[in-house]
Amino acid sequence: MKRTPGTMLLRWSGRILVAAILLFVLLPGVVVAISAFNDRAILAFPPQAWSLRWFWRAFSYADFVKGFWNGLTVTVWASSIAVVVGSAFAFAIHRYKFVLRDVLEGILLSPLIIPHYTIGLGVLILASQTNVGRGFPLVIFAHVVMVLPFVMRSTYISLENLDTRLELAASSLGATPLRILFTVTIPLLIPGLLSGWLFAAILSFNEFTATLFVSSQATQTLPVAMYNYVREFADPTLAALSVIYIVVTATLLTIANSFLGLGKILNVDAH
Amino acid sequence: MLMRTDQMTATTSAAASDKIRPAVQLDGVTKRFGDSVALHEAWLKIQPSEFMTLLGPSGCGKTTLLNLVAGFLEADNGEIFIEGALVTETPAHMREIGIVFQNYALFPHMSVANNVAYGLKTRGVEKKEIARRVDEALELVKLTGFADRKPRQLSGGQQQRVALARALVIKPKVLLLDEPFSALDKNLRGSMQVELKQIQRELGVTTIFVTHDQSEALSMSDRIAVMSAGRIRQIAAPDDIYRRPADRFVASFVGDANVLNGRLVERRGDVAVISIGDVRADVPAASIAETSVGEAVDVFVRPEHLSVTSRGASRSLPGTVTTQVFQGGHVDLYIDAPGSARDRILVRVPGIAALSSCPVGTEIGLTIGSDDIVAFPSGETP
Repeated sequence: MKRTPGTMLLRWSGRILVAAILLFVLLPGVVVAISAFNDRAILAFPPQAWSLRWFWRAFSYADFVKGFWNGLTVTVWASSIAVVVGSAFAFAIHRYKFVLRDVLEGILLSPLIIPHYTIGLGVLILASQTNVGRGFPLVIFAHVVMVLPFVMRSTYISLENLDTRLELAASSLGATPLRILFTVTIPLLIPGLLSGWLFAAILSFNEFTATLFVSSQATQTLPVAMYNYVREFADPTLAALSVIYIVVTATLLTIANSFLGLGKILNVDAH
Repeated sequence: MLMRTDQMTATTSAAASDKIRPAVQLDGVTKRFGDSVALHEAWLKIQPSEFMTLLGPSGCGKTTLLNLVAGFLEADNGEIFIEGALVTETPAHMREIGIVFQNYALFPHMSVANNVAYGLKTRGVEKKEIARRVDEALELVKLTGFADRKPRQLSGGQQQRVALARALVIKPKVLLLDEPFSALDKNLRGSMQVELKQIQRELGVTTIFVTHDQSEALSMSDRIAVMSAGRIRQIAAPDDIYRRPADRFVASFVGDANVLNGRLVERRGDVAVISIGDVRADVPAASIAETSVGEAVDVFVRPEHLSVTSRGASRSLPGTVTTQVFQGGHVDLYIDAPGSARDRILVRVPGIAALSSCPVGTEIGLTIGSDDIVAFPSGETP
């Protein structure tokens, strides 16, 4: 292309647009991250003096510590249950034709239709009707409902990518359907199952809206504890927590990506 | 060379066919997918140790037939027997069949040795015996030393050998090959064909081979079943298929064929005399049984059965050279002969002399130099 003033203008405006979009997306995170290092007990930007003491407070504040362990408990249970149940559903939808299959597929694969507060409220109403206490099982149940579609989608995509001839070859070699499932199908689905688990875990650990409805003082997760904190204090502790969260999640995802090839599983890589 | 031996094998198995129980037998097997008939009443008997090829274009039903024998599909009508036992409703994992897929379908998460061992483990063979037979199978396909590799570390040809070893190690009653060479490049394909045929003959394993490649079918098979539109058109030894195709479809699908405009002159028992211009020739009468004397027929002549002579020579068809194609060992000449054929006629001249003796534009005469020509009623669609 000839370097006329017009094309130069186009090229530069393109670059500026890309920079603007990046700035727009990253700005809140960057501002919060920088605020976390403020020495003073206010959320101000840019900070006048620097300190790491809010990180120490984030690690030592009792509600956060408890919220972290509560959240981890809920997340591990919810993601694991969702992987087992969701994979079974995905397998059934992918392999068998049955009445209401399309309806089931539609409901389970469209999590955006039902808002999280509706799920929280619904679970809360059910709990009070059936006299189930507001313990961990209730929170875990609500989380399973929310993350199930994501796990299903992940397994479903893995099943789509699985060459059915592998299973045919196994059956020609004398393997019963059950043996094929355990020696061929499941081993080849494991990356998909693990990445489904990981996404479920990230969603569950972050979930706030529904958890606010179904948790109690004893079962409150980290996001709920943060919400309660910010109603009383306005210091940079939450900013410090954000930094910790972003660093930990990014590290986990990087590790997972190098082991599992998430791009392939999520069909992001046009292979 | 290969053809000769194939022919002999075919003759022996044909002679023995009345005594020996077929290795595979299909009795009127039909398979429908919705409204379309993928396989229409297939009748087929495959003899023990026979190499039977299912040849046809894509969608002709050959893969459906293979999947029915493997047990991956259920027949809508008819019965399937393997070694005399009724297996129509036997699930795939109980049929004792070895299969090699086009993409080999090796288990990507297992080593070469574990891929080959898979079928032995399902049979509960003891560990020592498994190790011995896996070694033996890898030796057979010349992959000793590759046992610990993963499939993705192997070339296409090596993956195919693993797939073959995996299928053969269980000593299958029938070996099914689903277009196994189509993913290989041309040079490798040739050597794998020779090798596969050698292994097949050595082990004497009954084999059903699916392909759309007619030269592959002609070079490897004891017998070929030519299929089109869900039907088996002809079952015969490769040379019979080539020399005496049963219908227009077989004549044009297997090998190159020129269609010349002929006329039925007279019948003499099994033989019919036809004329094309001044040329007269004998053809089998059976394929034009319905045609009456004086009616038009389409005469199928192979390119190598035509030869070039001077224009006006007796018993020749007039034509003009329109294109020369040098093929190395022979020259393909395309001849315009409006009186004798609707399309251009292809003549295959051995050697390279034709390059200089028949330049484009030369007016020549064509003679038919073989009895292996067939005629079908004019204009009949395949």
